[in-house]
Amino acid sequence: MKIKALNKHTKSNLITYGMVILAYLVMEIFMKAGMVSSLLEGLLVPLCTYVILAVSLNLVVGISGELSLGHAGFMCVGAFASAFFSNYTKEAITVGGLRFFLAILIGAAAAALFGFLIGIPVLRLRGDYLAIVTLAFGEIIKNVINVIFLGHDSRGFHISFKDAFSMNMEPDGEVLINGPQGITGTPHDSSFLIGIILILITLFIVINMVNSRTGRAIMAIRDNRIAAESVGINITKYKLLAFTVSASLAGVAGVLYAHNLSTLAAQPKNFGYNMSIMILVFVVLGGIGNIRGSIIAAVVLTLLPELLRSLNDYRMLMYAVVLIATMIFTSSPGGQAFRERYSLKELFGRKNEKKEA
Amino acid sequence: MMGFISYLVNGISLGSVYAIIALGYTMVYGIAKMLNFAHGDVIMVGGFVVFTTMSGAGLPPLISILISMLACTALGVLIERIAYKPLRGASKLAVLITAIGVSYFLQNMALLIFGSNTKSFTSVVNMEPISLADGAIIISGETIVTVLTCIVIMVALTSFIKYSKSGRAMLAVSEDSGAAQLMGVNVNATIALTFAIGSALAAIAGVLLCSSYPALTPYTGAMPGIKAFVAAVFGGIGSIPGAFIGGILLGIIEILGKAYISSQLADAIVFAVLIIVLLVKPTGLLGKQIQEKV
Amino acid sequence: MALLEVKELGISFGGLRAVDDFHLTIEPGELYGLIGPNGAGKTTVFNLLTGVYKPTDGYILLDGENITGKKTIEINQHGIARTFQNIRLFDELTVLDNVKVGLHNHHGYSTLTGILRLPKYYRVEKEMNEKAMELLKVFDLDGEADYKASNLPYGKQRKLEIARALATEPKLLLLDEPAAGMNPNETQELMNTIRFVRDEFHMTILLIEHDMRLVSGICEKLTVLNFGQILTEGETSEVLNDPKVIKAYLGE
Repeated sequence: MKIKALNKHTKSNLITYGMVILAYLVMEIFMKAGMVSSLLEGLLVPLCTYVILAVSLNLVVGISGELSLGHAGFMCVGAFASAFFSNYTKEAITVGGLRFFLAILIGAAAAALFGFLIGIPVLRLRGDYLAIVTLAFGEIIKNVINVIFLGHDSRGFHISFKDAFSMNMEPDGEVLINGPQGITGTPHDSSFLIGIILILITLFIVINMVNSRTGRAIMAIRDNRIAAESVGINITKYKLLAFTVSASLAGVAGVLYAHNLSTLAAQPKNFGYNMSIMILVFVVLGGIGNIRGSIIAAVVLTLLPELLRSLNDYRMLMYAVVLIATMIFTSSPGGQAFRERYSLKELFGRKNEKKEA
Repeated sequence: MMGFISYLVNGISLGSVYAIIALGYTMVYGIAKMLNFAHGDVIMVGGFVVFTTMSGAGLPPLISILISMLACTALGVLIERIAYKPLRGASKLAVLITAIGVSYFLQNMALLIFGSNTKSFTSVVNMEPISLADGAIIISGETIVTVLTCIVIMVALTSFIKYSKSGRAMLAVSEDSGAAQLMGVNVNATIALTFAIGSALAAIAGVLLCSSYPALTPYTGAMPGIKAFVAAVFGGIGSIPGAFIGGILLGIIEILGKAYISSQLADAIVFAVLIIVLLVKPTGLLGKQIQEKV
Repeated sequence: MALLEVKELGISFGGLRAVDDFHLTIEPGELYGLIGPNGAGKTTVFNLLTGVYKPTDGYILLDGENITGKKTIEINQHGIARTFQNIRLFDELTVLDNVKVGLHNHHGYSTLTGILRLPKYYRVEKEMNEKAMELLKVFDLDGEADYKASNLPYGKQRKLEIARALATEPKLLLLDEPAAGMNPNETQELMNTIRFVRDEFHMTILLIEHDMRLVSGICEKLTVLNFGQILTEGETSEVLNDPKVIKAYLGE
């Protein structure tokens, strides 16, 4: 019986990987055939970014059971740390692949560091408080990045929190981070293929972690914190681990995002709490804790409104309605009773897993 | 020195608005045990109703405000009925996500109706500013009205809860809704009443906010909403005096931060305050401790 | 040497003295009962023994080691495992995984090993599966290993909780009202299981119970708690016939 269970897991995971690879191949064929509009083509890298963000957020929301509203903040850290690195080493490291590989590592590490440092105090809180504090941290990160001016000249690095002029650089100096204007001239290293590879790596990390001793401990804490403690599970360690890994993967998404743009600026639109909430919408609508669902929701909810251009004005409104309806349908006592009565399994007379006492 | 005092006055004024909004959060949190993320957007709705009826239809300010309060009350009760009531007893995560959905809904509905252009809001206050210390400090009519309104609301609400039957029902539900129900308190009606009062207050807050900061967009309510929640947490969530103190302090911190540290970092400072408060005293200044039973 | 030695244990919540001057000595292999009317402080004693509450007075020695004031997870690692009055399972995990979480500290591999699926992962997971299935078999739960824990019937949930506690390889097992909500047949079966656990695993067991049939049927010694203080203690048959105990249960 347990062997069957193992196979069920593995099969489901293989489907998830296969789905991503298939989507890539289909897209590539369509692009080769010239059937893809430039609009859609431009969406592919952001789409990969969203998928990585959704999968990584699911690790915190679904697996660890904590509502984080600051995911965009970690993405922001990864984006800026890596874009800064790539810009600074543009001349020193000419091998694009190597430089981008290092940029990914730096983005992931920087976001992980932030996740770890923020996680230590934040994870002591629970529920709504945790949600609002993660939101606060996300906003702080965005606001602070907006006042950083960083430049480099023959005398070394200069930093200011006021304006570029206050750095007193030599005439040969170059402004690397220009406050609200952000970072300009980041090499365009991201591509759809790289995005897909990063999605696969993210999936590999998240899925394998969930289906291991670590994942079990994290889910045990989610299900019953007091019981988990009573069997000797270190609550802080595993909560922090999930949070840090999730932040680091969001950082990777940020790297991908930053190297797809010539100008990177921290605005409410891309790194504000609205972005965090949008990612949360993907996770919720895909099914909390359901990794494959996160991917599908991110893709569908990004592509659908773009493809149905005429509906674009109603897009956010539709998100909102679907979000509310989903929660009421899946989480309310009434909705659950309804689902049990009219579930597909019941309708097709398949054996229900639930055994009556 | 004079500069400092006028910043302080501005801070108290902004803080009064936060306090009024924070009341809505704190009452709903105390009674329904949920974070009504959409509360901030009700403020925005309140602002738009006044904008349409006053600047659009030419009604007198007081009538517009009344209409706005009625509209927001209806909206608050409707939101509770449609979105939150079915989720009573569901997980906190589900309720919070639903509230986020409602917030999105209101913002985007306003976006569809009014567009994304910033509307210039005409102040409802028609009062000469007071000039002190030979004109070194000027206190605007909006400031005076805002602070006075806040004080009146605080006093009225506190006595309502203390002395009226419905008010005491609210207290009972916030202590233990199950026991209150057994004692004959209509819990559903009490929660609906809480939403009604909170939303009516949000309408007032919206008008005051827009009178002092006359730029109205569909997103006007979001940030003040979040900050008012910070204020509620700061003062101790569930506590009415806490919401007042938290709101005023937060307003002062924000304005002083803007003036003396950095205008771009003012929000960051406000959020940093929240984080520090929650880490040092998670129950806020006046909140009470709840321990999980094993 | 006694396995568990508790002396002068006490805790106050605000002004309320919930447990006062509590003492307890349990020898290895004993089946010990802690009884008393509702609100007497029995679960509070469990919470003190497992580090959920920090005692204000007294000390707790487990196998000669002082564990007073240690954290819950440390106490579990020292060898005390428990079940809960209101069942606390990992609801969304399978029955098998519930037990595997119990095995967590005795069968380790790093997070990185898990992510990279190194050979050690497969080896340890196999080990854990076998161990967990063995435990489930003891409680006749092996047929339901793949079920979600929350889908188990009530009686089996109680058993799963005991299995999970045993998986942490404790020296002392605390059972908080294991028979609560069970019918007489289930209780009888549970009594057999508890005895079997004691004999098979050489386990020392301390249990809280209201069901006097279970208490008199399996406990060798009893301590009676009333209003946070020890009313009496000793051999089961003596204690249960003590007029003081009868009075405490039935009132004046």
